Parts: sequence; structure tokens; C-alpha cells
Amino acid sequence: MTMATHSVEVPEQHHPTGEHDHHAGEHPAYLAHHFDSMAQQFAAGKLGMWIFLVTEILFFGGLFCAYAVYRANHPEVFVYAHHFLDKNLGALNTAILIFSSFTMAWAVRAAQLGQQQTLRLCLITTLLCAGAFLGVKYVEYRQKWEHGLLWAGWYHPHVTNAEHHGDAAPKPSSPATAPTAVQATTSGQTPEPTTAATAGEHSEYPGEPRLAGVFFSIYFCMTGLHALHVVGGMIAITWLLIRAFQGVFGPEYYGPVDYVGLYWHLVDMIWIYLFPLLYLIH
Amino acid sequence: MVTEVTEPRPVARSTPPDYLHDGRGIWSWLFTLDHKRIGVMYLVGILTSLLLGGVFALLIRTHLAIPALVHQPGQATSTAGSAAVVVGPSQPVPANTSTGQDAAAQMVAESEAATAASTVQPTPPRYLLTPKEYNRAFTLHGAIMIFLVIIPGIPAALGNFVLPLMLGAKDVAFPRLNLMSFHLWLIGLVFFLVVLFTGGLDTGWTFYTPYSTTTDTRVTTAVVGAFILGFSSIFTGINFIATVHFLRPRGMSWFRMPLFVWSLYATAIIQVLATPVLGITLLLIALEKNLGLGIFDPKLGGDPVLFQHFFWFYSHPAVYIMILPGMGIISELISTFSRKHIFGYRFIAFSSVAIAILGFLVWGHHMFTSGQSRLASMIFSALTFSVSIPSAIKVFNWLATMYKGRISLQTPMCYALAFILLFGIGGLTGLFLGALATDVHLHDTYFVVAHFHYVMFGGTLVAFLGGLHYWWPKMTGKMYNDTLGRLGALLIFLGLNLTFFPQFVLGSRGMPRRYFDYSSLLDRHPEFAGLNLMSTAGAYLTAIGLIVAAVCLLGSLWWGRKAPPNPWGSASLEWRCPSPPPKENFLSPPVITPAFDPYDLDQVVYDPETQGYWVRQTAIT
Amino acid sequence: MTSQQVNQAHHAGGHVVPGHVLVAVFIALLVLTALTVAATWVDLGPGNLFVAIGIATVKAALVALFFMHLRYDHPFYGLVFTLAILFLALFLGLTLVDVRQTFPEVQAALENPV
Repeated sequence: MTMATHSVEVPEQHHPTGEHDHHAGEHPAYLAHHFDSMAQQFAAGKLGMWIFLVTEILFFGGLFCAYAVYRANHPEVFVYAHHFLDKNLGALNTAILIFSSFTMAWAVRAAQLGQQQTLRLCLITTLLCAGAFLGVKYVEYRQKWEHGLLWAGWYHPHVTNAEHHGDAAPKPSSPATAPTAVQATTSGQTPEPTTAATAGEHSEYPGEPRLAGVFFSIYFCMTGLHALHVVGGMIAITWLLIRAFQGVFGPEYYGPVDYVGLYWHLVDMIWIYLFPLLYLIH
Repeated sequence: MVTEVTEPRPVARSTPPDYLHDGRGIWSWLFTLDHKRIGVMYLVGILTSLLLGGVFALLIRTHLAIPALVHQPGQATSTAGSAAVVVGPSQPVPANTSTGQDAAAQMVAESEAATAASTVQPTPPRYLLTPKEYNRAFTLHGAIMIFLVIIPGIPAALGNFVLPLMLGAKDVAFPRLNLMSFHLWLIGLVFFLVVLFTGGLDTGWTFYTPYSTTTDTRVTTAVVGAFILGFSSIFTGINFIATVHFLRPRGMSWFRMPLFVWSLYATAIIQVLATPVLGITLLLIALEKNLGLGIFDPKLGGDPVLFQHFFWFYSHPAVYIMILPGMGIISELISTFSRKHIFGYRFIAFSSVAIAILGFLVWGHHMFTSGQSRLASMIFSALTFSVSIPSAIKVFNWLATMYKGRISLQTPMCYALAFILLFGIGGLTGLFLGALATDVHLHDTYFVVAHFHYVMFGGTLVAFLGGLHYWWPKMTGKMYNDTLGRLGALLIFLGLNLTFFPQFVLGSRGMPRRYFDYSSLLDRHPEFAGLNLMSTAGAYLTAIGLIVAAVCLLGSLWWGRKAPPNPWGSASLEWRCPSPPPKENFLSPPVITPAFDPYDLDQVVYDPETQGYWVRQTAIT
Repeated sequence: MTSQQVNQAHHAGGHVVPGHVLVAVFIALLVLTALTVAATWVDLGPGNLFVAIGIATVKAALVALFFMHLRYDHPFYGLVFTLAILFLALFLGLTLVDVRQTFPEVQAALENPV
């Protein structure tokens, strides 16, 4: 019979919590107490961020589903309403975000190589690009607001003056001045698309379909939620920048830069899909 | 002994303080990073919410006993009160069997007709609650129980505590995220309390549009609260997945992990994939209600059935979030208390993952009568049957584990056995509901209510209680009175059956759910009276059982004897540290040899001195 | 992945994406953006949608593989990402099946209110 030993914990010399002298020489400053190595910590953090991105994909996915459903059922609404989105501004925003993704990826590279100056520069550039993106979005939103091109419940298209920009003013089908829950043309009982009276210079968009507001509901939901994520990203990048100025990152410790980078690339990826789906409907 | 004290008297080098005493004061708890403390705080919060939800349950059942008591046969029937979803005619409306024809227009027409009809209806009789109050009562009962109790439930209160211990790790992967999960849960609780005290919610926990976007009750507050609770759930899921992947010490391979860990892992997968869709759905309700977004409103071009797709894409997998951890606990309990290695370890492990994946394919079975297309309904019905297979695999494996085991009927085992019967009934009745043809008749009747209470209460909560009684000595360091514990289990078991079995009969005979008053049905169905009374009696019996269980556990805190490290004789790692464990979990990191097996109960030996067990160190070959 | 595998895969510094790769991907993304805008000048009927989604998917793949490092990482992370896309496709797919089935009936009802 072999000597059986208790496998219940035997008290022994116990290191007071918080001290990890056994890693003396190579102990990284940013190793959390419950991890055994930086590699383990990095891998765990990376997986954590990837799973968070999975949740973001599913989160936006709901809106993509709504888009798919409405576009499948009401293609005429989408074809009509996209006229009011400026392709050029959309393409500009796409380019801005792609560039910001590039600078963010370069920032990760810089952190890995210990290039502190480059890292800071890249982070700042990414931030500026994000700000520019939001600026363009603001311009677009303001134009929509001025023309009453809002979500379905507040949809009241009108012209402010005889403007005729790239995002040409909508035809006034019912010159409502206040947001109404239901437009005059969408009483729910008359399905025929109203062919609103052409008003001279606005005749290139005949026949505003009933339910045109649905497009804008989806537009504002998707781009609005995306913009909120851009803001969140900016906050995270600012935090990184502060730490970068403290010289915290380097080849031994660049996890947070990588994680925020992953998030930022997802934000870019979502816009990569939003752009053609919203702006480039033929 | 020093005569001149220049520094504090050195403390003898002995065991460090346990996690309960390592750091004092409320801030050391509210801002702790220790997974065990977070688990305990979750436990307290969740049990309190259970109490709150239970009060609503008793309110509902008491209310529903009164028509049975006051009804005189042949009396002029009072008009049925309003249900949560606005219904035009005053008599009970059979389940909507329309296949989509007129769906949208019907909604519009019905809501207008109902508004008109309700003004000419005579005032409904007053029992315990008014119709409005009744709607609020069942809504809040459901919402509190689901979002605050059952979904966080086992993973948050027990999983947080036990998972790192079972793996042999020092903590979860992201302790700060874990704390944030808990704080978010608290904030969600606050939101629901605000809803409770400022007018309540009457949409049903399912928030179906168009009612939820047009009613004036606290829908926005409630959806924001649920949104926040969703993030709490997501963060827990992220944490557990990363923990299982990267915080296993050397030697702890995937197939040496206890099955509870497998179930928590599968649950976490569902949490991260499904909950975000709930998040966007709740956000859309809030936007629709406050800004007139129009996505779910037919008048603005929207589709109410789309809401249901969105909602159930989360809410069906959510029920697997509820049950999978419970099944994991049962695997532990059955093995330990049969003193036998679990039968079919890999089958059970893979069946957890299978349930997680298959659970995503079947959400449309909640929508058979909603206007969903025939094609989709048939697809969903067929797929629904597939989910029962892995569940059945588990049940057979548990029974095979018990076969020729040395069964010890201590309290946790009583709960485990209750689970098998109650979950068995609940699961089998799910088949009636998954079959398209029968569901058309049973939808929105008490049959559904009985089914989900059997699986959620008889399944998840019973497993939760079993797990609580199992790990109580580890968490508190105290043993409770086993006789009292078993009494509680028995009363709960009897109470649950008495409460919910009559509801199967009620439902199959046509009693609709969410009805304030059923007295108009009593002339045609006099048996409804007796069945409702039985159900109410059962509710009170269950409440008594829960009180007995509470007294048993809480009493142990004062009068229980000290618990040994391994009171039940299990071989998994959480029993190798002291009860309660120190903050760092293990005094020295456990060494996991190739021979390690958390179910190898032959290595477990009883020690009469401590009234506990210890595990023989197996020889390394 | 066990902790041992992790240690092997991520020695100090980890894999650094070469600079020229990043630049090449960036330029490719810009070119593809121009391409997708140009595609709207050509009328392919319903094909336009597929072309647009197709190009977007190529761009997304470039971002995922190179900027997000999936090309150089353990395949596990790619699996995680793919799983998310698959579940999203499941959600969209089944919902669309149902909605497209019921749409004609809903339209008919809206046009002929009872």
C-alpha cells in the first residue's frame, strides 16, 4: 500500500499578497497578479477584446438585419431616399476612416518596436481623423435636419431655400412645418405613392414613395450608433495617448494599444459596409 | 516574546485569513477584485431579487384564486378584464391562427376597436388587483425574475465563486471587468426599482410592439435597465471564456475540467452572441417610443413581427443561458452523491456546446401564431426537435451515473433528483409546444406558463439551490443542518408540482395566460376553479419551502459547525483549499498530474476526525 | 489554446507587421473604395448590390487579415471572428426568409384594408 498523503492544502511559507519577488529581475511592471506571464496576459486580453468585437458585430448586426428586411420589402424607398445622401461626403469619410485605421495599425507597430515618437504621432493622427469624420457627419446631419429629412416619425421634407447642392433639396410633398407622427401622405390607408406636384427646378425626383421616412430611420440609427462608437474609440485612444506620453508602452508591453487598435479597425469595418449600403444604392 | 516593543508582535506564520475576513469595511467589498467576494455580493443581490419577484408571484396567485372562490355557478358572467396585449372582443380570444394575412392591418384595426370597446365595457370586477395592477404584477414578476435573477443567476452567484477554484486559478481573467459586471447589475436593479416605484410596467416581460411603444408606463426606464443588465451579462461571458482559455494552469487540459466549467463556457458563448441582439432591440424600443423611429410601427412603414424576430433571437438562447449552468451543477451533484465517476463525460461536455449552438436555430417557435410565414414556422418547428437531443443525452448520462452508485441523499442530492424529474417534465412538455400543430392551440395558454416554470423554476432555480447547498460550506465555512435542508427541498419539490402541474391541465383546456379574470370561463369550465386553487396553494407551499431553505442556510451562519475543506467527498479542485478559501484561493498552486480526474471518486477517502474527505495523491507513473 | 502554446506564440515583442504591408493594404483599400464608387456609374440591376457587398467584403477582409493581424495570429482568433459572422448570417437569413414570405400578404392587406 503506497503511503497516501493528504492532498489538502498544507500551510507553508506564504508570500504576502502583492509581492512577487520571485520574478525579481525580469518582472514586468504591468503583469497582473493572477497571470503567470506577460504572454499569458497579452493573449487573454486579446481574446477578451476579440469577444467584445463579436458582441459589437452582433449588436450592429441587428441594424443590418433591419436594413436587409426593409430594403428587400421596399426597394423603391431606398432608391428614392439615397438621393439625399452625398456620395462625395460619404466617400471622403470612408477615406478618412481607412487612413485612421492605417495610422492606428502603424501605432501598434510603433509600440511593438518601442518607437515612442512615432507611436504618439500615429495616435494623434488617428484622433484627428476621427474628429474629422465626426465633423463631416455633423455637416451631413445638419443638412438633413434643415431639410426635415429625419426618421419616420419626424419626417417632414421641405426646402429651406432654392438650394441645389449635391444633396439636392427634397421635393416638398407635404410642406409640414412641425414634426408629425404620421404624414398626410402616409395615412396608412392609401397605399398609392403620391406623385407630389413637381415644383419646377425639383422635378428630377418624381414620386416620393410613401414610407420614405423609413430609410432615414435606418440611416440615423446606423450612422448614429456608429458615430457613438467613434466617440468611444476617441476616448480610448486619448487614454492611450496619455499613457504613451508617459512612455509606458514598448516591446514588453503594448497590449492596450493592440486592443484599442482592434476595436478601431472594427469601427472602420462597419463603416466599410455602411458606406455602400447607405450611400451607393444605385 | 519581546520585552521592548519596537514593532508589532510578529504574527505566527500560519494560514492567511480567509477571503471573508481579508479586508474589512464596505468599500473593501464594493470595490473588491476578488472573484469570491463578487460572487457573494451577486448572491445576496440575486436572492433579494428572487424575494421581490416571488412576492409578485404570490400576489398574482392570490389574485387568481379569488374568482374561483367567489364564483357562483350560473351567475351572470363578468366581462374579462384586459390582457396585456390589447384585444378587441370582450370574451377570451383564441390564439391568433392567422398566417400573416391582414397581420399589420389587423393590428391597427384591433387597437382602434379595442380602444372603442373598452370604453363601452362595464367596469371589471375588483378582486385583489385592478386590471392595470394585474398587468403590472405579472410584467414585473417576469422582468425581475428573468433579467435580475435567472439570467445572471448561476454564472454570477456561483460561477464567479467556483470557476477559478475548479480550474486551479487565482482569479478570473479580468477581475476589474468582473467588478464592472457587478456594478452594472446593481445599476440595472436600481432602474427596475425606479420602474417599480414610479408606475410600473404593463407590457409583459416580452415588450411586444406596438403596445410597448405606445403605452405610457415606464417602458423606457425598464428597457434601459435591461440594456445595462445585458452588458453585465456580456462582460461575465467575456470573462469566463477568456478564463477557461487562458487561466488553466499547467496540466489542466480541456477534458480534465469539471463539467460545471464546460457548462459555464457554453453559457458564456451564448451570452456573448445573443445578448447584443437584445441590446439593439431594447435600444430600438426606446428610440421608437421616444422619437417615433417607425421600425416596428406599421403606420410608419414598420413591422411588429420584426420586433418579435429581434426579441426572440436573444430570448430563446437566453433560456439556454438559464438552464445550461444548472445542468452543469447537476452533473457535479449526481457524481459526487452517487460516489461514482460521471458517466459519459465527453458526451455531456459536447452536449453543452451543442445545446448552445442549436439553441440559436429555433427562436421562431415562439412566433408560430404571430403572423410568421408558414415556411418559416415549419423550419423552426423541425429544428426545435433537434435541441431536445443533447438535453436527453445529459439526462440519460446522469441516470447511468446513478446506476449502481452508492447514493447518499444529502440535501444537494435531493435537489438534484428533484431537478431530473422537474426538468424532465418541463423538457417533455416543450415538445408539445415545439410541434407546430399543437402549439397553435397551446400558445398563450397556461400550458406555456407551466412549461417554462417547470424548466426555469423546477430546472434552473432548483439546480441553483442544489449548488448553493453544495458549495455553501466552501463559501461560508459552515455546515448547515442537513435534515432541515432536506425538508426545504421536499417542500419546494411538492410545492412546485402542486403549483404548476394543474396549469398544464388549465392550459390544455383553454385557459389563457395573462388574464386578469377568468370567471367568465367558469361556467363552461368549472374545473378551472379547483385547478387555480390548487395552483395557488402550491405557490404558498413553495414559498414555505423556500423559507425553510433560507432558515436552514442562514441559521448555519450562526449555529453551523465549522466545515472541513471537503465535506461531500468530491475530487475536483475547489475542495482542495480551505473552507472558506483565502484570497489567493490556494495556499500553494495545485499541481495537476496526468492522473488528475475531477470525478475519480475512488481516490476520495472519508476522515471521521474532520467529518470530511480528502483525496489520495495518485502515484505518478 | 493552453498557456504553454500561448507562451510559444507570443515571445516578447510578438509579430510585427512589416511597414510596407501596411502601406500596401492602405493603398488597396483606397483603390477599392474608388472602385466601389465607380461601380455605381454602371447599371447592373440587382447585380449592383452584390458588387458593392463583394467589394466591401474584400476591404473588410484586408482590414481583418492585416490591420487586425489575423493573418499572423493563431487561427483561433480568426475562428472567433468567423463564428460571429456566421451567427449574424443565420439571424439575417432566417429572418429574411420569414419576412419575404409574409410580405405579399402584408402588402395585400395594406392595400385592401378590412
